[in-house]
Amino acid sequence: MTRIVLGPFNRVEGDLEVQLEVAAGQVQSAQVNSPLFRGFEPLLIGRDPADALAIVPRICGICSVAQSAAAAAALADLAGVTPPPNGRLALHLTQATENLADHLTHFYLFFLPDFCRPAYVDRSWHADVVARFAAQRGSSVGPWLQARARFFHLAGFLAGRWPHTLAIQPGGSTKATTAAERIRLLALLREFRSFLESRVFADRLESFATLADADALSAWAADNPGDLALFLRLAGDLRLERIGAGAERFLSFGAYGLFPAGSCGGDLAVDPLDTGKIVEDVSHAWLAGDAPLAPAVGETLVAADKPAAYTWCKAPRYGGAVAETGALARQLIDGQPLLRDLVGRHGASVTARIVARLLEVARLLPAMESWAQALRPGEPFCLPAPLPDTGAAVGLVEAARGSLGHWLSVRRGRIERYQIIAPTTWNFSPRDATGRPGALEQALVGLPAGEGALPIVQHVVRSFDPCMVCTVH
Amino acid sequence: MKVLWLQSGGCGGCTQSLLCHEPRPLFDELRDAGIEFVWHPALSPESGEEALAVLEACADGSRAFDVLCIEGAMLRGPNGSGRFHRLAGRPLTEWVRQLAARARHVFAIGSCTAWGGFSANTPGNPLEACGLQYDVEEPGGLLGAAFLAGDGLPVVNLAGCPTHPGWIVDTLEKLACDGLTAADLDEFGRPLLYAEQLVHHGCPRNEFYEFKASAEKHSDLGCLMENLGCKGTQAHADCNTRPWNGAGSCLKGGYACIACTEPGFEAPGHAFQQTPKLAGIPIGLPTDMPKAWFVALAALSKSATPKRVRDNAVEDHTVIRPSVRKGGK
Repeated sequence: MTRIVLGPFNRVEGDLEVQLEVAAGQVQSAQVNSPLFRGFEPLLIGRDPADALAIVPRICGICSVAQSAAAAAALADLAGVTPPPNGRLALHLTQATENLADHLTHFYLFFLPDFCRPAYVDRSWHADVVARFAAQRGSSVGPWLQARARFFHLAGFLAGRWPHTLAIQPGGSTKATTAAERIRLLALLREFRSFLESRVFADRLESFATLADADALSAWAADNPGDLALFLRLAGDLRLERIGAGAERFLSFGAYGLFPAGSCGGDLAVDPLDTGKIVEDVSHAWLAGDAPLAPAVGETLVAADKPAAYTWCKAPRYGGAVAETGALARQLIDGQPLLRDLVGRHGASVTARIVARLLEVARLLPAMESWAQALRPGEPFCLPAPLPDTGAAVGLVEAARGSLGHWLSVRRGRIERYQIIAPTTWNFSPRDATGRPGALEQALVGLPAGEGALPIVQHVVRSFDPCMVCTVH
Repeated sequence: MKVLWLQSGGCGGCTQSLLCHEPRPLFDELRDAGIEFVWHPALSPESGEEALAVLEACADGSRAFDVLCIEGAMLRGPNGSGRFHRLAGRPLTEWVRQLAARARHVFAIGSCTAWGGFSANTPGNPLEACGLQYDVEEPGGLLGAAFLAGDGLPVVNLAGCPTHPGWIVDTLEKLACDGLTAADLDEFGRPLLYAEQLVHHGCPRNEFYEFKASAEKHSDLGCLMENLGCKGTQAHADCNTRPWNGAGSCLKGGYACIACTEPGFEAPGHAFQQTPKLAGIPIGLPTDMPKAWFVALAALSKSATPKRVRDNAVEDHTVIRPSVRKGGK
């Protein structure tokens, strides 16, 4: 048995190290280490509750809006306020802008450059992949950055800037879109659709979004000139649709009123979400605590010398089960046929996770167009949301990478407790007190590793699109 | 010009913001200006051992580089061990000290890196966090007040939370093109190319400010200084003349400037979205403005506020348009 440490594991958001025990060229067990601790939960304690809106986006530079949305949802819950229709639409648009940009930033900048490695030089697709996807210089990188920068003009109009906006409030949005700006928003969405339909999908979004099963997907990719199809062809060659299954459950808090909340197991039968089933275990984190705690009563207390610990990340569990969250979970719980077919055949996989993100891009952009259409300048964007001096509340949202929850309590007008469970806390969780490994830790077992192995481990780790700064926060 | 980039106690948002560079895609712009990344944690192909080899070669001097960009606060805890952030088993603070000694220029990217940021302002600072060369507004930090990079300059503080892509690209290009000197930086080491302005300059709410026609609640169109915590008249940055994401700024987004380029912005001693007042007068007055003058001017301008401006200030859309005169008069 040899031990390999993969770190710094880059092209993820934040810091990551993965430790593998390898025998006979295969991973026998894995430990995922989140090596950075910043202590956002303790620093929120004692603050004015509304200050959370300025603080929590700064947990994460790539899921900033999702963090804002979770805090705003928790404070709206505390205030007992529902934003007006314009406020809800503006939030959906801002959150979806970040969501789609994150999915494609992952695709182009974080995930695809690994297929340019010399290990694949004898593959038929290698030269084409290097030409398009090489880090910083591939022919698809510049056009993506340009499209991304233009797409984020939506955030400029709707939220002042990205990342780190204060526009998202419990009562709605501080920015009331004008009639002139609404026309600009629609034009920006048209421009982004054009980028997607020319370079990413080389097809109408609606055509891709209605592919029914894995066979239809293969047929679609066979002679399509777009970037996604090139990935699908190389993924077929490497059989990535059979690699990377991890957790026993999928979890979604539901998003945009389009994708429902729930959870499902390997049989893909969906149960309603029960947040009472969520606990966090700290047995393998450098944090103090005994029994697993529900986040409403959770704590974050440093214990840097704890012997059994190997990460700063807590281990969330859903009814005792290890859960995977993200675009794939959202789409499975929504019953999306193509992904149910892919996962039904081979379980969760690298290919399924990538297809789920791109499918979400194809499904959400038309929704964004309809939300921008539905904005009614002149009608309210924000309602007053006075906060009570005492109370407890929960904000549940879906970030690009999956389920994000904020649990807070307020006493005498100050934050008394604030606990956050982020998507990658689920996906990159360490072992729990029963010794059960987290989702990625399970997904890595059995993969080729060590001298001369193909970089499959790299693909599986990045297929989760980890956000490490959110993970520990 | 070769740039080595590392991240520590931050959110990565300055890199994400940097990727929004316009009008040209970031990598094309930098490449044509002769600027390349030796390694960047989010953007480079090298991972694991290959990345470590690059970092070690830079640290031992066998691989030359020009600019060290650090993004994120320096976490010295617990108990001075640096274990809140390790890279390849070693505290990141140790890597930064070694690399800073080899760099010709050292840039602190973002307010966390410059001053310590949120991580340094947890009550009691259990993270023992600091900036590269500041503990909030006191010189010191990880590298110490006396530190000078190879170019003879202290750390260049590209403060902001996050930084605007233009602040970073323009500063790198200024350096590559004709160098940086002390005359290019303000008293806190911030490049004057963005820090010689105030956020107030070019504020789209200017007319409301002139007449002290104030917003009273979120989404109101009026000036945000009197009630909603805006510090644009005190914060050094060009946010309202250099648009964010094409058309934005905090003020255009309808919310207060929280002075994120200033040391200590994260712990203002009052709620972020409320203006602290004494006897009804905001405590934080505009930079360079004597209090008596401000009070007198505010009283005068309030009494002269046109109805249009006064009414629109407390609505989320224009309810009275500027009147249209006929005959060119």
